[in-house]
Amino acid sequence: MYPDKKGRFGVFGGRFAPETLMAALSELETSSRKAQRDKAFQRELNRYLSDYAGRPTPLYYARRLTEYLKGARIYLKREDLCHTGAHKINNTLGQVLLAKRMGKRRIIAETGAGQHGVATATAAALLGFKCEIYMGEVDMIRQRLNVYRMELLGAKVIPVKSGTRTLKDAVNETFRDWVTNVRDTYYVLGSVVGPHPYPLIVRNFQVVIGKETKKQILQVEGKLPDYLVACVGGGSNSIGLFHPFFHYKNVKFIGVEAAGRGIKTGKHAATLVAGKKGILHGSFSDLLQDKNGQVHPTHSVAAGLDYPGVGPEHSHYKSIGRAKYVSATDKEALRAFSLLSQTEGILPALEPAHALAYLAKLAPKLSRKEIVVLCLSGRGDKDLEEVAKL
Amino acid sequence: MINRIDKKFQELRKRGERALIFYLTVGYPDLATFTKLLFALERSGADLIELGIPFSDPVADGLTIQKTSQVALKQKITLKKTFSLAKDLDVNIPLLLMTYYNPVYQYGLKKFADSCKRNGIEGVIVPDLPPEEANPLRRALKRHNLDLIFLIAPTSPEKRIKMISNKSKGFIYYVSLTGVTGAREKLPKTIRLSLNKIRKFTKRPICVGFGISKPFQAREIGKYSDGIIIGSALLNIVEKYKNKRGLIKKVEKFASEIKETLKG
Repeated sequence: MYPDKKGRFGVFGGRFAPETLMAALSELETSSRKAQRDKAFQRELNRYLSDYAGRPTPLYYARRLTEYLKGARIYLKREDLCHTGAHKINNTLGQVLLAKRMGKRRIIAETGAGQHGVATATAAALLGFKCEIYMGEVDMIRQRLNVYRMELLGAKVIPVKSGTRTLKDAVNETFRDWVTNVRDTYYVLGSVVGPHPYPLIVRNFQVVIGKETKKQILQVEGKLPDYLVACVGGGSNSIGLFHPFFHYKNVKFIGVEAAGRGIKTGKHAATLVAGKKGILHGSFSDLLQDKNGQVHPTHSVAAGLDYPGVGPEHSHYKSIGRAKYVSATDKEALRAFSLLSQTEGILPALEPAHALAYLAKLAPKLSRKEIVVLCLSGRGDKDLEEVAKL
Repeated sequence: MINRIDKKFQELRKRGERALIFYLTVGYPDLATFTKLLFALERSGADLIELGIPFSDPVADGLTIQKTSQVALKQKITLKKTFSLAKDLDVNIPLLLMTYYNPVYQYGLKKFADSCKRNGIEGVIVPDLPPEEANPLRRALKRHNLDLIFLIAPTSPEKRIKMISNKSKGFIYYVSLTGVTGAREKLPKTIRLSLNKIRKFTKRPICVGFGISKPFQAREIGKYSDGIIIGSALLNIVEKYKNKRGLIKKVEKFASEIKETLKG
């Protein structure tokens, strides 16, 4: 089962990190493996997930959306109903509990849209940690409300002014902090990216999405879904949904990336659709880059998808043909945002709006007998200003 | 088989000196000045020079090298350009390349090693490539007797120190502190202890880098290391005087002062 001992998913993954972090990454690997097997740890985490975060989240049959699209039956996995409004809390509760177990005193994290930052600040407040969040200056402007939320939760938000001043640079800066304070600091990475064991740790805390989905769909439909659809930035909500279905070959996986202003314009963040293999942030994976190996600036209306890399497990799924990766433009995502709002009374975050945009093309081509589950990874409240502007 | 880097350290040992190694970002502040700086450093006693190839996401670097990298990227500095530049450089000291793994990977590992050989590059340092992931590059460089130099950090446990000491060719790069590159006023007091620990496993030269900015620091660390590496402190001087006439003199003065502390 992937990843192997070196953190490889096929050829992807690995641990391309500065020497200063290598011992800490081994320590993290050992501690997380032990925690994964420790019943007391799992009990504590599960208690927080249910009593605090509101799990299990519903699997909701979207009747009016199904009728509107006239095709497959559509179910939404309602991660938007989690505490803090997105699936990110699944991972941060797990990792901050792990940090506590490891005896660390300080929590740091990167954030793009601010959802991971808010979820980290929340878990840190809950468990009594000092917390600092790195966020690109550009993102701080477009996700102002989340900055305020993090501050209300007692976290310090540190503006990142280097490079493109978005998520990629926030990750760089968090790594620099970690290199400096590695002895007493725990880095809560927000997606299935980074050096081994992060892609595994984050997956382990997000598979709860897919596991619940499997149980719920069997209960209502008596069979597994034909399609799973989720948006892919770094890829944590999608891996969380896909992974438990990996061995069920009849369940097709579709990851939807951000095509921004269009793949041809170069202003996008569709790594698996348009990238090449490379090394960024500690792992070997697909990457948006130029021919000299310099990382491309990206663009997406969804800050949470605005990232030039992607989790190595997705690159692996793509290379073996297990998942298909497509993209949706800013405009398509905005149309899908309105569609879901008006057919179902649910404001989706702009990130899963990309998945919805593809769903709107896919569902009409399918029959009433087929089932599609879409991961509604977050709610749209954070995006209202951005949507109003457009 | 010994190469020019090994020879350099042998000579220095004979003379009872420690190596002075400088890092320069290629093309910073511009290509012409960069070349002048390189010659000035050689004249002032530098024993090896690291040519820094800029990368868009230098996670191991502090503000100084982040900025110089941005400037170099704006000038479209690439590996290809650096190789053709290195070819025509008339310097007598060994040249090393320092960059992140992605530019090397995209260039192609075998082609990279061939280009190093052909253009007078003797060794390579890649801060985001630990030995565990380095076999493909190591094999490519080994074919040409080129050195892949690994880093040891204050956080490296004994098992890793042993493994890295074994694998690092040319010299061992000891990172003086837990942190990113950048000039510091104060350095940890544990450097000497760490070097003693490393020496239990290897007879290879150990050079210390990260943070060193002052002659007194060089003198202290020179007492128990085989060399010191300076990057950001030098680039800060370049930044301050880049548009002024005294730039080269300032750099020569800085380099000679440091060199003096490493003799005898």
